[in-house]
Amino acid sequence: MSYDVPLAPGEQPEDLDLSTVAEHGFPLWEVFVRAKRGLSHTHVGSLHAPDAETAIQNARDGYTRRAEGVSVWVVRSAEIVASDDAESLFEPFEDKPYRHPTFYDIPDEVGQL
Amino acid sequence: MSEHAGRARFAAIIEADEKVEPRDWMPDEYRANLIRQMAQHAHSEVIGMQPEANWITRAPTLMRKAILIAKVQDEAGHGLYLYSAAETLGVSRDELQEMLHSGRQKYSSIFNYPTLSWADVGAIGWLVDGAAIVNQIVLQGTSYGPYSRAMVKICKEESFHARQGYSIMMALVEGSDEQKAMAQDAIDRWWWPALMMFGPHDAESSHSERSMAWKIKRIKNDDLRQMFVDQTVPQAHYLGLTIPDPDLEFDEETGHWRIGEIDWDEFWRTIKGDGPLNRERIAHKVKAWEDGRWVREAATEYARKQRARLGKSA
Amino acid sequence: MNTLTTRTPLATYVVRHADDNVILGQRLAEYISRAPELEEDLAVANFALDHIGVAQHLFAYASAVEGDGRDADALAMLRSEREYTNLLLVEQPHADFAEVMARQCFFDAYQVLLWRRLSASTDETIAGVAQRAVKEATYHLRHSSGWVVRLGDGTDESHGRMQHAVDRMWRFTGEMFEGDDLDREMAALGVGVEPADLEEEWQATVDSILEEATLTRPADPYQATGGRRGLHTEFLGRLLAEMQWMQRSYGGLTW
Repeated sequence: MSYDVPLAPGEQPEDLDLSTVAEHGFPLWEVFVRAKRGLSHTHVGSLHAPDAETAIQNARDGYTRRAEGVSVWVVRSAEIVASDDAESLFEPFEDKPYRHPTFYDIPDEVGQL
Repeated sequence: MSEHAGRARFAAIIEADEKVEPRDWMPDEYRANLIRQMAQHAHSEVIGMQPEANWITRAPTLMRKAILIAKVQDEAGHGLYLYSAAETLGVSRDELQEMLHSGRQKYSSIFNYPTLSWADVGAIGWLVDGAAIVNQIVLQGTSYGPYSRAMVKICKEESFHARQGYSIMMALVEGSDEQKAMAQDAIDRWWWPALMMFGPHDAESSHSERSMAWKIKRIKNDDLRQMFVDQTVPQAHYLGLTIPDPDLEFDEETGHWRIGEIDWDEFWRTIKGDGPLNRERIAHKVKAWEDGRWVREAATEYARKQRARLGKSA
Repeated sequence: MNTLTTRTPLATYVVRHADDNVILGQRLAEYISRAPELEEDLAVANFALDHIGVAQHLFAYASAVEGDGRDADALAMLRSEREYTNLLLVEQPHADFAEVMARQCFFDAYQVLLWRRLSASTDETIAGVAQRAVKEATYHLRHSSGWVVRLGDGTDESHGRMQHAVDRMWRFTGEMFEGDDLDREMAALGVGVEPADLEEEWQATVDSILEEATLTRPADPYQATGGRRGLHTEFLGRLLAEMQWMQRSYGGLTW
């Protein structure tokens, strides 16, 4: 495929050192866009910017060119605290069907409930 | 999570056609393979700005000029989305750019060809973006979440790119003899490079098989190329243009267009760095980056001063 | 003497503002793919698109006012150098990012004031264009002035470069507020504005930006002039040679 540029015969892939995250240049910011009033801000991607004001402007130009947003949030990526996504964190909720309305059989005659 | 459990979970995610997300355990080779592909994809978008930017200042009408600016701007945006997706895997954009500048990472070879006339802008939109879309629609189903999401967004935006290219070609073939000749010359030069965008035959693609197994890649090179040929040949005929392939013929049995053999020497030569404009494209990019160094340093220094000032007043 | 050959005062007035925007749009377009960061390429492309969009609307209107079959593209691409009436500022080439932003900032500060006034023009088309353009210009100024400040108050090198850029562009700013008979005529009709009325606020805006940027306001009182009369710097001819190349090489075709 076009973006998977093949290695020429005898060519080795480049070395990627993944042991350290070298952040030089502008810091990374995560971008959240509110598509329209009444909706939540949703994560759309990230960008680089030297400061918050520039990050907002870059988010506007980078992520709302087709009027996708009415408001943006930017957060320094380094400031995000993420869950470790371990199975023990969320899967225990999967076996509690009684929290969902479809768990209960109610006769039609009862009407809206 | 132990590596053993992680590996099992990763295998289950791939098996179930679910998406792998940044913080999941994943094999080092999967990570490296993805970084490489996303970086190359991002580099392609960014280097791909140049051949079209070459015609912005000479676009024949204000409307065409505006459309072309919007398109080149989208390419910058798509580069941004893709670097952003790659950065979720623990590399920085600066590192990736440095690998582009030093030639350690590549970009799609198509952008090493020159844009010599206005018709080339049309041909790029129609053929190059057309080929890219065939690729990218499939890549929406790729197994890595951030890459897949970037593809969804890019596909949505890119649908206008191929159409504006075709609309340029339509205007040309409906125009003067000179314009028609310009259109034919463009397809003569862009047809084969566009087919090369799909990469070598799968049998010769060293890491194709593993990418398929990991569902980074979903359809084989030759199959994607065939999809592109089948959709594009009738479009060329509609324009009244001749496809520069004497062996091209419709196979009634399979319902597919059969093409002649691609010049693989040219393909590998361009990939290795000896296409028409490999050096110039990188030189342009490196110059912009070096010319901007003092700006980036200044912005970083200003941000530092601002933080210090805020700290003092707080 | 004004060699502009539009047929009515209104068309002439509309064309001068269209010229400002198309020429600056063209200058910005030259810079795309050369910005210091990918994000800035996106921003510069946005500027270019906004300016060219304004030019499209205004040329289309001028064409309609003229009513002699010369369309927006013919106005934009097929006049001689002496027939362009843009301000000298917008045709100035840029040697670096500081000059891109100095030129932009000075022009944005002017356009915010211009479009704000023209939003109330008695000419509905002009008012309509202005109401849209004032929002664009306001955003442009936010971005460009932000860079003037950041570069002015950044490193020693950036301060030097930004000061040099301000000094270089400064002598083309006075022309924005000159005004001629046509401006007075259009202002009297409620269609246009007297450029001189914008000057005080422009100076205040720019002073506060320069101050925040720790830059020195140039003392040089000399101000170049001539753009509105079709007397340009030598830079415009080359810009037009490139911009007009297709229309000049292949006359009368549809693209």
